Amino acid sequence: MILDLKKLKLRSVNEKLQNIDRKKNKRDFIISNPEGNHAICAGLTENIDVTIKGHVGYYCAGMNQNANIIVDGNVGTGVAENMMSGKVHVKGNASQSAGATAHGGILIIDGDASSRCGISMKGIDIIVKGSVGHMSAFMAQSGNLVVFGDAGEALGDSLYETDIYVKGKVKSLGADCKEKKMSKKHKTKLKELLKKAGSNIKPEQFKRYGSARKLYNFNIDNVSNY
Amino acid sequence: MCGIVGIYLKSIKFEKSLGGMLSKMLVSMESRGPDSAGFAIYNSEKNKIYKYSICLNGMSFEKFVKEIKNKVKITNIDKNSDHVILKSIEKPNKILPILEDFSTISLVGYGKSIEIFKQVGSPSKIVKKFNLDNFSGTHAIGHTRMATESAITTDGSHPYSTGEDECLVHNGSLSNHNNLRRKLKKSGSKFSSDNDTEVAAGYISDSLKKRNLKQTLNKGLNDLDGFYTFIAGTHSGFAVLRDEIACKPAVIAETKDYVAISSEFQAMAHLPNVNNAKIFEPEPGIVYSWEK
Repeated sequence: MILDLKKLKLRSVNEKLQNIDRKKNKRDFIISNPEGNHAICAGLTENIDVTIKGHVGYYCAGMNQNANIIVDGNVGTGVAENMMSGKVHVKGNASQSAGATAHGGILIIDGDASSRCGISMKGIDIIVKGSVGHMSAFMAQSGNLVVFGDAGEALGDSLYETDIYVKGKVKSLGADCKEKKMSKKHKTKLKELLKKAGSNIKPEQFKRYGSARKLYNFNIDNVSNY
Repeated sequence: MCGIVGIYLKSIKFEKSLGGMLSKMLVSMESRGPDSAGFAIYNSEKNKIYKYSICLNGMSFEKFVKEIKNKVKITNIDKNSDHVILKSIEKPNKILPILEDFSTISLVGYGKSIEIFKQVGSPSKIVKKFNLDNFSGTHAIGHTRMATESAITTDGSHPYSTGEDECLVHNGSLSNHNNLRRKLKKSGSKFSSDNDTEVAAGYISDSLKKRNLKQTLNKGLNDLDGFYTFIAGTHSGFAVLRDEIACKPAVIAETKDYVAISSEFQAMAHLPNVNNAKIFEPEPGIVYSWEK
């Protein structure tokens, strides 16, 4: 079914996708003329396929559960923010805070993602085939961030337990983020993620970064600083 | 919040439709800035004539014409709603003090190619009020304001112009503008509001006396503290700069005919051939400029 945002209101398009007709059971949708609108495909809960033909605005596919959403264009701030499950595939570039606070599912970005990609991520897998901007995986708690290109300044600042894999250069690591050994367990996991993203790059080409776990507890030696 | 927009034309193809293009961009940024709006549009006349953009602030047009005619040699004077474009061969150093003597009016900009219109109200009302759709030019900059640090007034609206053919629009807020204003005042700059952006505009004008626009904005990275995405215009083009934290958004679309910039892509969705444009976000702390 084609939903044309030049003719239909954004709210009615989202409502249609949030409440699909189970009797007809049509699960394939195309959204045309998105024209940079915000919150397209926000709050979907069903196992449906949606392809958006063009560039979208902020918070596209926010809070997604189960749906498989493809964006044939660029996305604005906060794509797939707070996603719980499902898949979001961006064929262009993503603006800041891609996959922010997301608990699950997979986000694939074919182009670059700008600053704060994966900020406070809580279990999502994010695969960026280009580069990511500064402060990516800031306060990231769980899940995996895979970057084929380079990472900007302060990667993984104040990191909890997310695994970060970068193939290119890292401009600088943030507080409490360090390079870690790539064990067999991590290689297997990374291989599985790369397969999901349709890539046959070898896991050995990536470096793994994770938490140094120095910020977990207050260090009494620092008491005079406060 | 605030919305900022700009178009720089690389070819003459869209010169006649520049106003219409900018108008749609401003209206689609209404959700980011419903309080006031304004625009600067550059249209070189290639002669010795200066254009003075004046907001009448309630003074009657007839009264203004009558009074100004006695003091200045006028080539032409056009009324556009509550604004006036006064054209004269007389130089700014002569005209500016005369205009300052009028207690009610405010000079919003001057130069050989710039015209500025700005007013309180929603962007859709402002573009209609000034008939922006009918303007032509080589490049243009606009702003929709959600007021934060100073009042909703014409003086508080963008663009700010503090030098000949110069203007600045700003999304963000500066934290060191009071100190900087004091410093600039000491070295001779004049300010007409308490607004932070006006200080940044004054800073740029002051620096442009010694440097080009790119050097000026690079120096600004050290001297201007706060959040910002700026578009700074001059007679020959414009430049874009985001602070190094880059919380304030910006997206650029470039085709062979034009460069467009806006806070959000939706402001550019209507532009000709935009879906084949090179679309990218300006990187933090990097100056991007397009000039003739």
